[in-house]
Amino acid sequence: MAQKTILTMKGITKTFPGVKALSNVDFKLCEGDIHALMGENGAGKSTLIKVLTGIYPFDAGEIIMDGKAMVNKSPQDAQNNGISTVYQEVNLCPNLTVAENLFIGREPKKLGMINWKEMNSRSKVLLESLDIDVAPTTLLDECSIAIQQMIAIARAVDMECKVLILDEPTSSLDEEEVEKLFALMKKLKAKGVGIIFVTHFLEQVYEVCDKITVLRNGELVGEYDVENLPRVQLVAKMMGKDFDDLADIKSERSGEVKEGDPVIEAVGVSHHGSIKPFDITFNKGEVVGLTGLLGSGRSELVRAIYGADKADTGEVKVFGKKVKINAPLDAMKAGMAYLPEDRKKDGILADLSVRENIIIALQAKRGMFKPMKRKEMEDAATNFINLLQIKTASMETPIKSLSGGNQQKVILGRWLLTNPRFLILDEPTRGIDIGTKTEIQKLVLRLADEGKSIAFISSEVEEMLRTCSRMAVLRDGKKVGEIKGDDLTQEKIMETIAGGDKNNE
Amino acid sequence: MSNEKKSFNWKAITQHRLFLPIVCLLVVLLVNVIKTPNFFAVSIKNGVLYGYLVDVVNRASELVIVAIGMTLVTAASGGQDISVGAVMAVAAAVCCQILSGGQVSTNELMNSMALAIIAAIIVAAICGAFNGFLVANLGIQPMVATLILFTAGRGIAQLITKGQITYVRVGSFKVMGGYIGKCPVPTPIFFAIAAIIIVNLVLKKTALGLYIESVGINGSASRLVGLNSTMIKFLTYVICGILSGIAGIVASSRIYSADANNIGLNLEMDAILAVALGGNVLSGGKFSIMGSVIGAYTIQALTTTLYAMNVSADQLPVYKAVVVIIIVVIQSPVFRRSVDEWKKKRALKNNKAMEGGH
Repeated sequence: MAQKTILTMKGITKTFPGVKALSNVDFKLCEGDIHALMGENGAGKSTLIKVLTGIYPFDAGEIIMDGKAMVNKSPQDAQNNGISTVYQEVNLCPNLTVAENLFIGREPKKLGMINWKEMNSRSKVLLESLDIDVAPTTLLDECSIAIQQMIAIARAVDMECKVLILDEPTSSLDEEEVEKLFALMKKLKAKGVGIIFVTHFLEQVYEVCDKITVLRNGELVGEYDVENLPRVQLVAKMMGKDFDDLADIKSERSGEVKEGDPVIEAVGVSHHGSIKPFDITFNKGEVVGLTGLLGSGRSELVRAIYGADKADTGEVKVFGKKVKINAPLDAMKAGMAYLPEDRKKDGILADLSVRENIIIALQAKRGMFKPMKRKEMEDAATNFINLLQIKTASMETPIKSLSGGNQQKVILGRWLLTNPRFLILDEPTRGIDIGTKTEIQKLVLRLADEGKSIAFISSEVEEMLRTCSRMAVLRDGKKVGEIKGDDLTQEKIMETIAGGDKNNE
Repeated sequence: MSNEKKSFNWKAITQHRLFLPIVCLLVVLLVNVIKTPNFFAVSIKNGVLYGYLVDVVNRASELVIVAIGMTLVTAASGGQDISVGAVMAVAAAVCCQILSGGQVSTNELMNSMALAIIAAIIVAAICGAFNGFLVANLGIQPMVATLILFTAGRGIAQLITKGQITYVRVGSFKVMGGYIGKCPVPTPIFFAIAAIIIVNLVLKKTALGLYIESVGINGSASRLVGLNSTMIKFLTYVICGILSGIAGIVASSRIYSADANNIGLNLEMDAILAVALGGNVLSGGKFSIMGSVIGAYTIQALTTTLYAMNVSADQLPVYKAVVVIIIVVIQSPVFRRSVDEWKKKRALKNNKAMEGGH
């Protein structure tokens, strides 16, 4: 069965000041295909999507849809041409109902007034046809992220899109929700919609996709059928290096469990409404994982220790000495560092340069009246750009023009510069490609070997197993157990998270 | 070869942050060369510098001082302090009232100048602290928070002067808005230069500049790297208050009186405009003091130009608005992008034409 090609991108080139983001990239999407777009951070996936949807203009090349050349000047333009995008962060209005969100900007009208009845009934039909289990009158705010994403997709479908772009839709979903999303995607596929699926999760690609296009450093590596490209080869193509690098990491975890040299001890610490009183100890040279479902309190636990949310009860001891922590600065002075979960919202200072982003924490720690010398800043920046292999045009480039993974490395550099004794890493590898992920994991282990104490949070259990020597499990804002040594297996962790009776204290 | 080098330098210049603000200023000045040929003539009359240009620099002084404060507030809090004009009036009232010893008019100083100036600046700082508290500690939108003093400030100034215009007809007080001894340069210019230098020194010798930018760009990330966002925002409002106070004293010295209804009237809008003309983003973040200073001089040059062209004071705002629209449009990102595209197209055309010629 010959498939009809609906979208062709030919020879797309896009240059940013100092960086060639895309050079001569081809991309082809067929009707009813789920087509994965893969590559490391900075490979040019987002840029390609943004060029397609008219957010960025492109320098050279052409986009052909339905046999006609097309240039989108804005996302609206793209939508009118049948290209819809659903982003990781849903951009709908949380304070409106599901139906309102579905029909915003194109409400069914009667005598110039919105015909609410028709809007709700049409929404109901649409939602039912896609098996989305939600009432049209529910406020969007009350829906889970997964449902919100599906509503965004439903909106796109109802607007008769021919090409649907899903940009990292599964990052914040749990497994069950991912399944639902996939069911929806397959349904659309059957309707003949071409789907471009951007993701970092290999398993998901093999579960739903038909074709894979791999980009690296702004260049096309190739287009492959899923059946003909084993995982190992896909990874190798994305990274341009051997798969061995990835396999290495497990063996690097030394079997010995370090005990009895506590750096940070928290006793009875709690924050009202987010985390119930907990005790936890972080030892020297140890990577302690914090695991649990989203919203279980794993981020809230470290935030309470760090003073990001001021603890209501309990005390924190650093090297056995009680320390009062009212604000992050107190924690920093006690030798703590905190890489936050939400890089965009809590991490980067978007308009500032890479250099300023690297030195800001050390500068804040030293105080306003002891400004760092220009030379000192530049040395620090150069040092970490080299050490962490940050890809940037120069140290004066604004951090916002770096790719996600490189931004994360800058933030990591920021904290390493303060020479912390206790490093909190909350989802350091989220939304980051495998190559950088491995680098960061290795770095974490090396830092632990150097004697730093590390708290590591990740949604990926495999990653935690590779890096952590002990794990604390949280459920519903409460620490429910610790696992170490031989017990440290995926099964045991799942069991504790799920909370079988035998594990309850 | 030489051509290539030249165009490279040109690019470096056009990409500089202060390029457009300076171009705007030059354009305003250029109009004068054509329209008022004696605009740039500087002569000495009665032992002091005289001419349109001197007038522009002199008259812009208060605006420059206030615009510096406005820049910092804008950068840190992503909003504007619209009470600066009213705070000027309050500071002027305090200063004159102390100097006159409570009388409506005085021909000799009833209290020392130092006391009056310090008291005026302290009161202005308190006004700034009040604004800062509302914005930084209570999280009220800057425009709304400063609206309180914007409305109440002139009333407070009237209360201080008991509803009268307080006159201080003393030579030593007139110095600040006039001339020091035999110096031919008007004193307000020195105040403006001193304000520019001191603020720049503070920003350079401490990390305050970086802190302000960080807080303005991302408050929550700044807090997590150990910055006290609240404190930094608060501080910018206090600094803005102090600078407004100084501007108020200079303005009252010019007319040797505290006229609560007229000192600093509408200056807040000019100051915000100066910040915008200087290429600063009004929603906060990265800032350039020098940009705002250039913006302030541009606005004053414009006002003086229009006067020189015999535009009456009532019609002035209309002409000003037209010019402002042009300047702001030139600086807008959308306009700049279309110019870039136009240039690119033209270059392409030229290339083709050249190829055709061969």
